[in-house]
Amino acid sequence: MAKTEKAAVRHTISVEVDNIPGVLSRVTGLFSGRGFNIESLCVGETLDPTVSRITLVTSGDEQIIEQIIKQLRKLINTIRVVDLTTLDHVEREMVLVRVKAEDKSRAEVLRIADIFRCRVVDVSPATYSLEITGNREKTNAVLGLLKIHGILEVVRSGALAIQRAKKE
Amino acid sequence: MKMTGAQILLECWQREGVQHVFGYPGGAVIDIYDELTRCPQIKHFLVRHEQAAVHAADGYARASDRVGVALVTSGPGATNTVTGIASAYMDSIPIIVFTGQVPTALIGNDAFQEVDIVGITRPCTKHNYLVTDIKDLARTVHEAFYVARSGRPGPVLVDLPKNIQQVAIVPEFPDLKHIKIKSYQPTYDANPRQLKRALELILEKERPVLYTGGGIIHSNASAELLEFAETLQIPVTSTLMGLGGFPGVHPLWMGMLGMHGTYCANMAVSQSDVLIAVGARFDDRVTGRLDAFAPEAKIVHIDIDPSSISKNVVVHIPIVGDCKNALHQLNRLLKHEAPRDWAEERRSWLEQIRSWEKKNPLRYKKSKDVIKPQYVVEKLWELTQGEAFITTEVGQNQMWAAQFYRFKKPRRLMTSGGLGAMGYGFPAAMGVQVACPDEIVIDIAGDGSILMNIQELTTVVEHNLPVKIAILNNAYLGMVRQWQQLLYDKRYSQTSLMAQPDFVKVAEAFGAVGLRAEKPEEVEPVIKKALAANRPVVMDFRVEPEECVMPMVPAGKAMHEMLLA
Ligand SMILES: Cc1ncc(C[n+]2csc(CCOP(=O)(O)OP(=O)(O)O)c2C)c(N)n1
Repeated sequence: MAKTEKAAVRHTISVEVDNIPGVLSRVTGLFSGRGFNIESLCVGETLDPTVSRITLVTSGDEQIIEQIIKQLRKLINTIRVVDLTTLDHVEREMVLVRVKAEDKSRAEVLRIADIFRCRVVDVSPATYSLEITGNREKTNAVLGLLKIHGILEVVRSGALAIQRAKKE
Repeated sequence: MKMTGAQILLECWQREGVQHVFGYPGGAVIDIYDELTRCPQIKHFLVRHEQAAVHAADGYARASDRVGVALVTSGPGATNTVTGIASAYMDSIPIIVFTGQVPTALIGNDAFQEVDIVGITRPCTKHNYLVTDIKDLARTVHEAFYVARSGRPGPVLVDLPKNIQQVAIVPEFPDLKHIKIKSYQPTYDANPRQLKRALELILEKERPVLYTGGGIIHSNASAELLEFAETLQIPVTSTLMGLGGFPGVHPLWMGMLGMHGTYCANMAVSQSDVLIAVGARFDDRVTGRLDAFAPEAKIVHIDIDPSSISKNVVVHIPIVGDCKNALHQLNRLLKHEAPRDWAEERRSWLEQIRSWEKKNPLRYKKSKDVIKPQYVVEKLWELTQGEAFITTEVGQNQMWAAQFYRFKKPRRLMTSGGLGAMGYGFPAAMGVQVACPDEIVIDIAGDGSILMNIQELTTVVEHNLPVKIAILNNAYLGMVRQWQQLLYDKRYSQTSLMAQPDFVKVAEAFGAVGLRAEKPEEVEPVIKKALAANRPVVMDFRVEPEECVMPMVPAGKAMHEMLLA
């Protein structure tokens, strides 16, 4: 029986790997070599400095996601792979954005920042730079509103995610 | 006692039981080669091209079930190994390639003969290492052996900067029995619940087929497979990689499946109601068009590599584990089942299979005037009682070897299955002959492929490795020409090999024996002469130029849409 095409779904996958040179390229090489897509990827040390965590966001149908997870596990330097999408988890992304803010839009941009609890990280006579933190829906919503005023530059961190503690 | 990196490396090899190494020296490994002069326990075979060293290590590993070892220098020495590594990767062969590297201080400087071989081979090794600290050397080398041979086997590359080979420390050698990698723990034992479910399914179905692959060979599961198939009277087919895993002369044997598989095997798979895949991976050369592959079958898939399961087809009962172990467990479970008369219950299914076999057996038009390539392979089988170690090149020669040399035992066929690398067969045969000095080793070759590593005639002559090369000389890149013939209106674009050397003279120039057969009646005497010579022999069989490998499922077609002879 052949596999049937199904809709692509976004998945956030957490990968713990040995913290040694070359491991990241093994992971990204796997994605490019096998034609999987990576929407975003964040890397950082864990509590144990010999272990790094890669949080990556990808999309694909059920079978592709299954293959991605299996292929990640197959890498010799992979310690643990968790598909957070299937678990109760919190996801956050940080976006730094420089917006035009002149005349009357200056107050409006600040108001948007205030409503969404963004921080102003830089100010110039004609622009504001804001730090937006939140899940994807929120960051996209803010960017949508700011677009009207003219976005000059966007820097996105990619998603980070953590599993929620079990509530006994 | 202080030891240099080169000494540590050779000590590790000996601890791993390495006796033979295939390699080619250069500046970046000169210290290791120097150390080899003081290490008579390890025999080094100087190949004449690094690609051949890797294929030889591959053939050696397949025939002997030991890890094959190759040693080459940095830069061009290293890049020359890539085809061999990729081939071993596709076929899951445990080999280790040790490459020299420029000194650590120069890495990244575009130094002379520097190449990022770890980067280049990342996607075609099971794992690879760059050793940057002498303290890591011994552990890394032993880890490399462990990774290469455990789980789903595969090639490993270890890149050794020159200064690491030279510096001396008091080394610590890890206990080989306790090599562990926390992030790498292959699953050997199949889940008993899954095995039970699989068996229940198999027992309730009427048209089972066993579809086996290289995993049977790697895990030495032939005896278990035979017991399972015979007990339940299940017909068996296998991939190219699995040939010999089940006796090719057994009544339950249907022949190879897939693109050039038998009519019988492909029909049986197409109409099966349960397909038991063991150590196989549903490669596109096997399945043909996926949506028409075994459309009525529930699929049980036993494999040590979880990522092979449900990669190409939906699997109903996945079983992760070692094939030998899983089949052994299934056989044990079977003993607890109420006895049934399987011969009786299978009667109609096996009759159906026999009728397919009768309708379209593997066949070719015999000829009295011109040598048929299939005839040569049949004669080779006959005159070696089907007991020879056969390697192949790639193309028609490979398929005829697979179809007509009915392998009776595992580890008798070495072929570049997954990568399909022309030039594999001869150096692989050299490796097999080193592993099995008293056996008959024959490379079934094409006149195109053999030229890709012909330089190794020097190596086999030097070491008197009495490898036999049987060139099925059709003066074409036969397999490509076959596609052009059948699918491209006979436009033979760049596939004619009318310009070719005199292979008999080539053999003689290298110091080997050269023989030629131009008529059918010359085939047998030539083979007999070759087998009797305790020397390397090249046999040039001038065969029918436009013969095609049949049956054939054209790429992208369904298995049952095969073209027949
Ligand atoms: C290194 C390499 N280059 C190209 C190919 C593509 N290819 C597949 S079969 C074949 C023809 C092989 O010709 P020959 O060795 O004469 O064998 P025959 O098919 O005639 O038996 C070619 C060119 C390949 N498999 N490997």
